[in-house]
Amino acid sequence: MILRRAQYELAGRVGGPFLASLDGWKRTLRARGRTPRETPFGPPLESLRKLKEIMTAHYFQARYADGAVPVAWVTSGFPVEVLRPFGFHAVYPENHAAMCGVQRLVPGLSDAVEALGYSRDLCSYARTDLGSVVTGQTPVGRLPRPDLLACCTNICQTVLYWYRALADHFQVPLVLVDTPYVYGEAKPHHIAYVRAQLEELVRVAERISGRRADPEALAAVARKAKEGTDLWADCLATGKSRPAPWTGIDGFFHMAPIVALRGTDTCNDYYRMLRDELRDRAQRGIGGLREERHRLLWDNLPIWFAVREVATLLATRGFNFVCTSYTNAWAEAGSRIDPEDLIGSAADSYTHIILNQDLPNRLGILRRLSREYGVDGAVLHSDRSCKPYSIGQVDLKERLAAETGIRVLLLEADHSDPRAWSREQADNRLTAFMESFE
Amino acid sequence: MIAVALGVDVGSTTCKAVAVDGKGRVVARRVEHTDPRIEQQVERVIRELRDETGAHGAPVGATGYGRKRVPAARALTEITCHARGAFAALGRAGVLVDVGGQDTKVIRIGPAGEVVDFSMNDKCAAGTGRFLEVILGRLRVPFDQVASQVARAERSVPVSSTCTVFAESEVISLVAGGEPLEGILKGLHQALASRVAALARGAPGEVFMSGGVALNPAMVAALREALGRPVQVVEEPQLVGAHGAALSVL
Repeated sequence: MILRRAQYELAGRVGGPFLASLDGWKRTLRARGRTPRETPFGPPLESLRKLKEIMTAHYFQARYADGAVPVAWVTSGFPVEVLRPFGFHAVYPENHAAMCGVQRLVPGLSDAVEALGYSRDLCSYARTDLGSVVTGQTPVGRLPRPDLLACCTNICQTVLYWYRALADHFQVPLVLVDTPYVYGEAKPHHIAYVRAQLEELVRVAERISGRRADPEALAAVARKAKEGTDLWADCLATGKSRPAPWTGIDGFFHMAPIVALRGTDTCNDYYRMLRDELRDRAQRGIGGLREERHRLLWDNLPIWFAVREVATLLATRGFNFVCTSYTNAWAEAGSRIDPEDLIGSAADSYTHIILNQDLPNRLGILRRLSREYGVDGAVLHSDRSCKPYSIGQVDLKERLAAETGIRVLLLEADHSDPRAWSREQADNRLTAFMESFE
Repeated sequence: MIAVALGVDVGSTTCKAVAVDGKGRVVARRVEHTDPRIEQQVERVIRELRDETGAHGAPVGATGYGRKRVPAARALTEITCHARGAFAALGRAGVLVDVGGQDTKVIRIGPAGEVVDFSMNDKCAAGTGRFLEVILGRLRVPFDQVASQVARAERSVPVSSTCTVFAESEVISLVAGGEPLEGILKGLHQALASRVAALARGAPGEVFMSGGVALNPAMVAALREALGRPVQVVEEPQLVGAHGAALSVL
């Protein structure tokens, strides 16, 4: 146990950063002698190197987590702040699945679970994660075995069935936090219901970790989570400058720490650095694109396997995604957190995340982002995998266009399964959309 | 006859090319099945049009899925070109329905001929020209006889699927079940029209139709019925995209 713990700490502090710098050297060597390609993008962010270091260290450390510290697999919308004070290492299967998506590993992993009887109509994150579990394939070397599965239905109902399948596979406890869907504002009894579940979560966490709940530690994590969220919001807000100092696509990659490391110093130190860099770029007029002619809003998850391709197609004509409802969700989720009352405020906060809100509220968010970021158009990604995010988009498209006067495109794809993607047709729709601005 | 600009529309099924005069009027045209060797086909078609109209130095505008293979001064999507072509022909705002080989598009054209908004069928070929082409081939009905056969139908036989593959097997079972061919054809047109009408949902204004499928009067009638609004077919509907492409370099 002590040895395992030492290995775990060493992996996070030394091994991970070393791996990341090794990777950095490899890239530098490979780039040497190569003529720089023509690019429509501005100079890359300096912080990117640090981001890679943090995330490499996080996943490298995860390899040694089981047996060293309690391990929880959690959904992206789970109130992880409640688990951190008990020393849990949190693994985000969705974040891992996104990495598999970027590396185009999803069809193979999905085939493995489809052969077991899972439908291709299931969310590709669920298929990727279950596929990774049954085949052992992962781009991160190894995922630690969970001691606890923690699932919150504020993002979808699929997670419940997905995590039940995981619980059956690993034979470990599953904690479900059920959040009633919000029509308008959540009712006090809804929040009380979620709060009661979080109180029970504390007892489960105590039992699994063998530690007693420490109100001071809970408050400290809550403070960090709130600060991290505010810092992330500051980073996103720099996109309001003209030109925006980065692209929404950058945001998709730089959101990894606020998802997977929320409530830690590592997360907050990183976003302080990123915020300073972005503010500096904004001040000096350095844009995410060399020439920003039109500003767009992106709705829904990114198309991980084609994120660069889509951004480049748009960037060559001066179109930049200056804000996305997806990255914005992480700037809002923790904003209601109150360190004086972590449990109560987490119940409120996590009930109100975008995917748990009705269409008028979602339209309100899109309208507000459109106005605040001064966008000329919006692309609503109709994500085959993410039904809760995609349902109602036909109406959202019409309303958003009518109420704000911007042009809106509905683009069909999937967040990580390239088999639901038709490049030529997507290219055609995006090009026609851009032509309509000229 | 001197033409001043050429437009080429390389679609998934047919390749269309036009030459226009200084006023943007079509003075020569070509329509052929798309050849897999796009470059050679386009080169020949352009040469023929240049020879025919004396437009040797005229610029070329390209559109359609094969537009990137065309040596053109300007390449634009079919959405933009169909809107321009239809606006040039009709001179007013409206909702343009273009049923092409693999895409069905509903384009809202603004008062200045601009594209206000558009929607398209999703990635599969359900509800497109290819759907009709495959099923008509299976039923051995020549394209020029479709309308008269549909007109003879005493009743419509409902076809529930617009998926080309499933509809084909559905039609086979209907034929095997002794249903009349004319009624099945009518049902097919209605299935396709309801699919297209769903895309045009909520788009206000006069409805125009372009694309090769608009040459089929039975389809125009089915669309009119599904929308509950009059549908005006743009003159030479198959050439609207190529015309728009030519206008873009005029």
